[in-house]
Amino acid sequence: MSKQILSPLPGTFYRKPAPDQPPFKDVGDAVAPGDVIGLVEVMKSFNEIKADVAGKVTAFLVENEDAVMAGQPLVDVED
Amino acid sequence: MAISKLLIANRGEIAVRIVRAARDLGIKTVQAHSLADAESLAVRLADEAVEIGPPQAAKSYLKAEAILEAAMATGADAVHPGYGFLAENADFADAVTAAGLIFCGPSGEVIRTLGDKVAARQVAEAAGIPTVPGSAGRIDDLAEARRLVEDIGFPVMIKAAAGGGGRGIRVVEDQADFERYLPQAAAEAQAAFGDGGLYIEKLIAEARHIEVQVLGDGRRAVHCFERECSLQRRRQKVWEEAPAVTLPAATRERLCASAVALAEHVGYSGAGTLEFLYDETSDSFYFIEMNTRIQVEHPVTEFITGIDLLREMLLIAGGQPLRLRQEDVVMRGHAIECRINAEDPAKDFMPFPGLVEGLTLPGGPGVRFDSLLYPGYAIPPFYDSLLGKLIVWDEDRERALSRLRGALGELEVKGVKTTKPLHRALAADEAVRAARFHTKFLERWLEDKTSVLTE
Repeated sequence: MSKQILSPLPGTFYRKPAPDQPPFKDVGDAVAPGDVIGLVEVMKSFNEIKADVAGKVTAFLVENEDAVMAGQPLVDVED
Repeated sequence: MAISKLLIANRGEIAVRIVRAARDLGIKTVQAHSLADAESLAVRLADEAVEIGPPQAAKSYLKAEAILEAAMATGADAVHPGYGFLAENADFADAVTAAGLIFCGPSGEVIRTLGDKVAARQVAEAAGIPTVPGSAGRIDDLAEARRLVEDIGFPVMIKAAAGGGGRGIRVVEDQADFERYLPQAAAEAQAAFGDGGLYIEKLIAEARHIEVQVLGDGRRAVHCFERECSLQRRRQKVWEEAPAVTLPAATRERLCASAVALAEHVGYSGAGTLEFLYDETSDSFYFIEMNTRIQVEHPVTEFITGIDLLREMLLIAGGQPLRLRQEDVVMRGHAIECRINAEDPAKDFMPFPGLVEGLTLPGGPGVRFDSLLYPGYAIPPFYDSLLGKLIVWDEDRERALSRLRGALGELEVKGVKTTKPLHRALAADEAVRAARFHTKFLERWLEDKTSVLTE
């Protein structure tokens, strides 16, 4: 079954903890509830986005540094 | 050459302020804006608007080429950088000038000198201004560093020469900590800023942050008295006043004279602010740094002096010699500014972008509200949380505080959480009313105040 992780906040989405570090998650990686999948920068403050579902990442629906809206799907996850 | 068309390379409340100042002088305005700011108040008020890139500041307000292109395409002959973004970027100032345009601020060379903490300190010392006791420049030698701390005494701060905005600072209490942290701090500075250079400064405990506003035309400078900006959270100013009521008159005179001396020493042009630490117990002040731009809290100075600082900036940038003599600058009464941020003070100041569902503004004599707000405006999440500034003036501090409490009661921003409850609590606080605070006051005060900060 396919599930999605949504951004709880509007802002700028980052897939990596810092520009010179690897992404939190890649396609094919397993996720568990509480795993950090990215950061959203809101008004200069960085907020960790945590998975609320378990499964395997099948796709990122936004690019690194894309602008996102609150409620926008970020990641497709499959059981 | 007087400016005829000004491009504003900034956003938010300061862009609105610049548009208005230019309009008063009959200067046409072009608002450069990101995609997210197409509906901003500054865009609505300016004569023209040009989109310079996507919402993220790195791809718009920090893109010098896009801004210069917009200036060329619209026939602007000057660029105002506001504060933040490229305002203190020496290369940007140089690029604007190289493109044949006027940069509303000092030369790239002056920005470069004053932007380097060690160089700025050396300039201050050359101009005879007291600086915080510490290393004369970068420390390269451990033995030399040990001798220095023996001289100045603990606690000291180890700072990254390339740091800024409160980053790269470590407080050390004793010799053992010092031995342990010095090599570590160098490695951290190298990793964070690509430059392992350090310098050491004595920590002035419970100091006040006092800053002096100056205006210069490259040859001559005047001061417009000081501001007291000690109420800070995470090194961000929250509440500012002018003048600093606890400063003895003779100290004020020395402080302001030293600011003018430094501004004239570097041939400063435009509006600038010299930041000092003030140690009340010894009645001493120490230069920290100079900000080579207009500041957020400039309106409190405007209220007590009657000078329009943005207007003077535009006239100086247009080539006019400074119109003011020092004796023309007279202060009267007291002004207080509260920063109204889109943050929830009851939830650790969590940012709160959203839709402005309703807006009620305070009014009456001595009340000013500089903001980016209008009813129905969608506050974008991409920039800092400053929505506006409530500034009040009255004949003395006691009356200004009373007027502030009334104005805060009138102000209503519906649809988002703001820092208004924080300011209401501060304006009613006994220590604040007695002007008894320092730069560490607010963070301690906030520790047990969550309940009173709920709207």
